This record gives sequence, structure tokens and C-alpha cells, in this order.
Amino acid sequence: MRWRSHIPLGLAIAFIVVAPALFGSFTITLMNYIGIYAFAALGLVLLTGVGGLTSFGQAAFVGIGAYATAWYTAVQGGSPWIGLLLALLFTGLVATVLGAATLRLGGHFLPLSTIAWGIAIFFLFGNIDAIGRYSGLSGIPAISIGPISLGGNIAMYCFIWGLLGIVMLLCRNLLDSRKGRAIRSLRGGIAMVESLEIDFFRMRLAIFVLAGLLAGLSGWLYAHMQRYVSPAPFDLRPGIELLLMALVGGAGHIAGAVVGAAIITLLKNVLQDVLPVFTRYSAQLEIVVFGVLFIVLLQKARAGIVPMISRYLPLPRLTLPEEAHPLARRARPTVSGRPVLTIQGATKRFGALAAVNDVSFEVKSGEVLGLIGPNGAGKTTLLNLITGTARPNAGQILFLDDDMTRLPPRHIAAKGVSRTFQHVKLRPNMTLLDNVLLGTYSRTRSGFLAGAIRLDRDEEKSAQFEALQQLKRVGLGEKAGELAGNLPLGQQRLLEVARALAADPVVVILDEPAAGLRRLEKQILSDLLRTLRNEGMTIVLVEHDMEFVMNLVDRIVVMDFGAKLAEGLPAEIRADARVQEAYLGGVA
Amino acid sequence: MTPEIALLLAQDGISTGAIYVLVALGIVLVFLVTRVIFVPFGDVVGYSALTLAALQLRQMPGTVWLVLTLAALATVMEVYGLARRGQTHRVPKALLLYAVLPTIPAALIWLAAGRDLPMWVGIALTLAIIMPISPLLYRIAFRPLADASVLVLLIIAVAVHFAMSGLALLYFGPEGFRSEPIMRVLFELGPVTVSGQSILIVASSAIFSFLLFLFFERTLTGKALRATAVNRVGARLVGIFPSTTGATAFLLASALAAICGILIGPVTTLYYDSGFLIGLKAFVGAIIGGLVSYPAAAVGAIFVGLLESYAAFWDSALKEVFVFGALIPILIWQSFVLGNGIEEEIEEEEREGAA
Repeated sequence: MRWRSHIPLGLAIAFIVVAPALFGSFTITLMNYIGIYAFAALGLVLLTGVGGLTSFGQAAFVGIGAYATAWYTAVQGGSPWIGLLLALLFTGLVATVLGAATLRLGGHFLPLSTIAWGIAIFFLFGNIDAIGRYSGLSGIPAISIGPISLGGNIAMYCFIWGLLGIVMLLCRNLLDSRKGRAIRSLRGGIAMVESLEIDFFRMRLAIFVLAGLLAGLSGWLYAHMQRYVSPAPFDLRPGIELLLMALVGGAGHIAGAVVGAAIITLLKNVLQDVLPVFTRYSAQLEIVVFGVLFIVLLQKARAGIVPMISRYLPLPRLTLPEEAHPLARRARPTVSGRPVLTIQGATKRFGALAAVNDVSFEVKSGEVLGLIGPNGAGKTTLLNLITGTARPNAGQILFLDDDMTRLPPRHIAAKGVSRTFQHVKLRPNMTLLDNVLLGTYSRTRSGFLAGAIRLDRDEEKSAQFEALQQLKRVGLGEKAGELAGNLPLGQQRLLEVARALAADPVVVILDEPAAGLRRLEKQILSDLLRTLRNEGMTIVLVEHDMEFVMNLVDRIVVMDFGAKLAEGLPAEIRADARVQEAYLGGVA
Repeated sequence: MTPEIALLLAQDGISTGAIYVLVALGIVLVFLVTRVIFVPFGDVVGYSALTLAALQLRQMPGTVWLVLTLAALATVMEVYGLARRGQTHRVPKALLLYAVLPTIPAALIWLAAGRDLPMWVGIALTLAIIMPISPLLYRIAFRPLADASVLVLLIIAVAVHFAMSGLALLYFGPEGFRSEPIMRVLFELGPVTVSGQSILIVASSAIFSFLLFLFFERTLTGKALRATAVNRVGARLVGIFPSTTGATAFLLASALAAICGILIGPVTTLYYDSGFLIGLKAFVGAIIGGLVSYPAAAVGAIFVGLLESYAAFWDSALKEVFVFGALIPILIWQSFVLGNGIEEEIEEEEREGAA
């Protein structure tokens, strides 16, 4: 059955291999353009479909790559290979500056600035004497590999599509690696990402620069195939066409770049034949057609074409490691009973409302601490203060002896504090295994390059093994290959617990993990938490199910209206008149 | 640069800036209420200026066809949607709103075109025909995706811009237009001569900004718009329909765009795609206010006007590069100022393509 999922890919490769024998020069040139656009569209697939960002200035990056090599080879008489380095250097540099300026801001600032910058670069290209102003640069040499010149149509065809195949393979590998998973997790919010020790900003920057580099590569190929560059193809309009390619093809899929590039390029070709029949402004009408197509696409079929096809193919089966070298574990406090978390006078105000008001308590090593209180008592806000998602107005929070009051969430996670969320934060379009693998991010080291060229396989195997163990622990081992979004809510909570455990935490903070669980699932969870305590894990548990809490925890802290109401053993809390009043509104 | 030139450039910059102020306010308004970054705003400005110019040249402006096409599309979408939900009793009202109302100014222009019209009639007709454009665009392009992310809405907005500017070329051709000045007087202010048109622009900008302020502060509709901007779900809970506030926001934006076009038409020669650049420069101004603050957007817009004016003196070919290039330091500065406060905004759950 498995080979069936490879049929479309096999057919596509076969077609590309035999195409030079079947088609004439015109079609081959067209396919060369498709390949070149596919590089730039691939960048947008990674950026938009995978990373959840968008750029309208991708064509401008193609332009920087093209102009860099054009200037160096045609004006300076240098080698196209050095031109390639320059193309990548310049696109990488510009992307870094632009990304650094905008990526800390809301998601729409980057695309907005790419509109402005796409226009600015067009005027800039058109006004610099050294690169020929609006008339552009000609006389760009062909690329040659040793003695073989790539001046001919077919030679260029082989080079472009061969290179595209390699680059797509590398991108596929990357997405399936540690860094790739982090990139795929960007979409859907910062809170979960940072709680896993992933640097949200730097990961976004990395994906933007990567998209820029792919555009630079595209520009390099473009300049040496066309042998001439001018500002027009790098304006805003080609930028939006590239984005259309990525979205038509299917912005979440690497293959979408090629499919989209092919469809849009062919469509353009047809329009250029048909539209002049109706109007002398056919180029403008073309963009009207594209604009309308874009709107219809986003309204009716936002996922693009590739997912429509791949839906009918069997999912590739997951091969899971039977055993692997275990991942290194974290050093943890040896003395049981030593305070791991110390909260001193923590206060958080939202305007006049003190959501957390001067709360102090300790969480001791190896204990399960229950944090309870009526709705709105400030429990989740307190957890947010501990995990760094919110900053306290006053007070101090210590981990062992380190002050971590003002640390960002990912630094707190790095100390060994893992958490789950009251409103489940998973990546519904990733598998259960991938979601839990995100938890191992902090315990693994492989970088982008290692992921792309598969030097990470040993570590990846260990991480997968670890993730699978954690999935089994929460009772979801059988479903490792399913999409997280297909789980019922209760099991999604268990999945979050598995992800938190995969980080090998010292303290794990669980925000209502039993809400929505069925009886049997609750039993599994409560057994698991007991096992974890016996292994020396420290657990902070926020939960409304009193039976669950009372049977499990060592001590309880009760909050009400933002303040600590009581602290003690479960039996003491049960007998406490103030607690009864807070919960029941007065003792009958 | 002599002080006289500096003053002249400042005057020029302020009057262009005043136009950008109105555009920037419209952009911020639409963004806050609907989360749509209305990139085609500038195109609507362009349509307005070209419509007035065409009327003055005794031609039939293509805007008529645009409005009729949009109205037809919107009517079909609305009636089809109502029929599918079985709410046929609401069809007459939909027909009135989406078919009849936009057709009235189109019919008037169709009757009036080709005649010598007094200035005010031309202006009134232009206002009337431009007003329905943005609400119709909202109905057709944005409302079906009202719950999509800001990013998807932005991509739609850019697509709408391209469609609009392509159509503008079809309707108006590649030639440039300049409409007749509304005020021809010149004032001597010390060493500089100030045209009546500049004063009109600055005064109108101030007046309409103030009216917008009054609208938000004093009227129930204005307050509903503000409520939607602050909290969409909360507004819905107290009975404010997001689609109604959305349409109102777009209507206001259209009015602002029409006014901008009427004001700027006599100042520079405008082509079918000039509006977009005007809109984009106003965007730079609005971004200075983080796209969320009206006063900061206004200040930013004036700043952009001045920057453009001085940059044009220094190197007129590169003035666009300066204005758009200025965005980068502005954004870096904002990253430092707002960097930490923006995190919640990034929190956008998207579940598209989960099928």
C-alpha cells in the first residue's frame, strides 16, 4: 500500500525527465521559467504556509539576487559562481535587516513593510546608474560548470530542475527535523512556542531569511538564463504573482510551489494569447483576472491544490524506533523537600483589578501541590506569572535559588519548568508524535543544516523514542501518527501532558489537566501523576475536580479573589471553614 | 537650501500631508473595526480624482461601470446567501441596499455626463458615486472571510487593489488627469505664496478629522464602531452586528477617500495607478501610529508629507525610496517601544486546511 503514496511524485519526476525529448524549445523555456519561479514560490510556501507569515516583496528579493549577479558578471566581468555567493549574501542581509525590524511586531507588519519595500526597491533599481537605470543590464554570461556551458535551453533545463529537486529534498528534510518542527509550530501563537524553549522571534527571522535566500537563488538563475535584467519583473506585481503561486499550489506543501508555479505560468501564457483579442490593455486585464482568482481562491479553497490531491492518497506509514539511545536527562535537586519554586508576594494587576494579590508559597521538591479556588480566583494568572507568560507588578519568583521573576518564558522553560495550558495549545495539523517531539526541542541540538542534510538521524531517533514513550505513558501510544486536531478535547489535554513530560522537566505545571476527561482517562492520568511523583518529579496542579485533587495531592493552596486563602494538607483544607465558605457561599 | 525654499517645501509637505492624514485616518478606522488592512483605499482616492476630472472634461467616467458591476455582484451574493438560509423576507431590503442605492448615483452621472456642470454638481456626483465602492468591496471580498486572520484579509486586500487598478486603466486609460482647482486665489504669506487650494486641503483635513472625532464621541453608531474595535465578541454580545459596523466603517472610508480625491485632483496630475502610491504613503504614516492610534496616524501622515516634500527637492526620482525606506527605522523604533505589548496580537489560531 505504501508505494501508492509515491505515485504522483514518481509521475512528476518521470515527466520532468522525459520532457526535453517530447517538447520543443518554446515549452522547455516555459518550463525553465516554471522551475525558476518555483524556487521563489518555495520560499513563500515555507514562509506563508508553514511559518504563517507573508511577504509581498518576494519578487524584490529575486531582483536583489538577479541584480547582484548581473552587476558582478556583466559589469565587473566576474564569475557567475561568485555572483551566486553575492546574490545569496545580499538577499540574506536584506532579509535579516527587514525581518529584524518587523518580526517582533504583529504578524501584519512584515507583509505591509514588504509592500513598501517592494516598491522602494523597484524605484531604486530604476534610478542607479551603475545598474543601468530603467533600461537594465545586458550581456550577462551563461553559467558554466567546468567546461560545460549552460547557455543552451536544454542544459539550463537540466540544471534548473536538478537543482530544484535537490533544494526541495533539503527543504523536506528540514521540515521533518527538529528546527523544521519548530518552524511548523510558529503558526498558532507565541505562548506555546516559547513555553517549549523555542525562540519565536529568531525562528521567524530564520524562516524569513530562508525564504529570501531561495528568492536570491531564483534571481541568480533568472539573470543567467535571461542574460538580461531590468527592474520591471521585480516590482510588487510579480511579487503578488509569486504569492498566488504558493497559495494556488497549496501553501503548506513543498510540492505546492511547483504545482502553483506551473499553473500560474501556464495561465499567464493562455491569458497573454486570449486577452489581446478583447482589449489593448491586456497586461492590466491579466492582473484583474489574477486578482479575482486570488479572492475566489482564498474564499473557496484556501488550502490550495496539492492537499486536494493528497487527500486521496494513503498517509505514509510512520516507522517508529523500537529502541534508541535515550536522550540525556536534566540534573535535578536530590534532596526531597527542598523548595523548588518560591513565590514571594506575587502581585499582578490589570488596571484596578488585582488578579493576583500578594501571594506567597513554596513548592517543595518531589511533592504534588494542588492549587484550587473558585473560578476567577487568579489561579491561571498566577501560573502565567510563574511561567513568565505575564510579568508580575510586584513580588519575586525563585526557581531553586535563582530569581526568574522577569525572565521570558523560554528561559524559564530552560530551567526545567514545563506547563500545559488551560485552553489547549496544540498544533492540530501536526501528528501526535510531532506535537510531543516539540517537547524534546530543549533536549536536542540539531541545527538547520544538520536537519536539511540528515545528519540528525541518531538524535532524531532518540527524540522519537522518547516522544513515543511519553505518548504511551498517557495512553495515546496507539495514535502516534494521527493528527492532533482529530483528538477529543480530553485526550488533547493528555497530549499536552505528554509534551510537557518530553521536555524532562523538574517541575511540571498542569492547568486543569482532568477537565473533559472520561473516568478511565482520569484514572490513567492520576496513576501517571503518582508514578511521576515517585520518580521525584515536582508537580503543580490546578484542578476543579475535587475528588481528583484530594486523592492525589500532598498539599493544597487555596486562592480566592486573587489572594491566598489557605494552605495545608488535604484534610485540613477540607475542614477549613473559610474554604467552605468560598466554595459554597457560607456554611449551612 | 534657502529659508524661502525650506518654507515653500514645508508648505507643500503640509498640504500633501493633510491629504495623507485623511487617508491614514480612514485606514486606521477600517483596520480597527474590521481588521482589514484596506490597501485599495488609495485606489478609491484615485477613482475619485479621475471621476471628477472626467466629469469636468464632459466625459462619462468609468466609475459608473465599476459601481454597477460591484453592485450586481454584491446583490447576487447577498440574495443567494439569504435564499440559502431561507430568509427570503429580507430580500427586498437587500435589493434596496445593494442594487438600488448604488444605481442611483450611476444613473445620475449617466444623465449628467457630457454636459457642462457647475463645480459643486461635479463634486456632489463624484462623492455620490464613490461612496458605494468600499462598502460593496467589503460585501464581495471581505465579509465572506470576516473571521479569517489579519494576514488572509491583507492578502485579499492586495488582490482587490490589483483588480481595482487594472480596471482603472481600462476605464480611464493611461493618460494623466488634473481636475480644475476649487479655489484659484493665492495668498502672500511673508516670503511664500500659498495657494487657496492648499489652504482648502489643510482646512478640509482638519474639519473632517474633527467631524470624525465627534462621530466617535457623540453618536451611537460611532460608539458601536469603537466597541467593535475594542472587542468584537463583546460587541456582538450587546447586539452590535459586526457586519453592520464593518459596512459603516467602509462607508466612512469611502467618503474620506472621495474627499481626498476631490481635494488632490487639482494639485497634481494623477494617473490610473497614482492613488495606490498615495494610499501607501498614508500607510507609512498610519504605521507610525502602530495602525491603532488616530492622532499618531495623523502626525505620522504629516511627517510623511514633509519627508516626501524635502526628499523630492533633494532627488525627485528617489523620493519614493526615501518615504518607503523610512518605514524601516520607524518599525525598528516601534519594535523597541511596543515589542513586548504586541504578543497577544500574534495569538491567532488558524485551523484552515485541516480537512
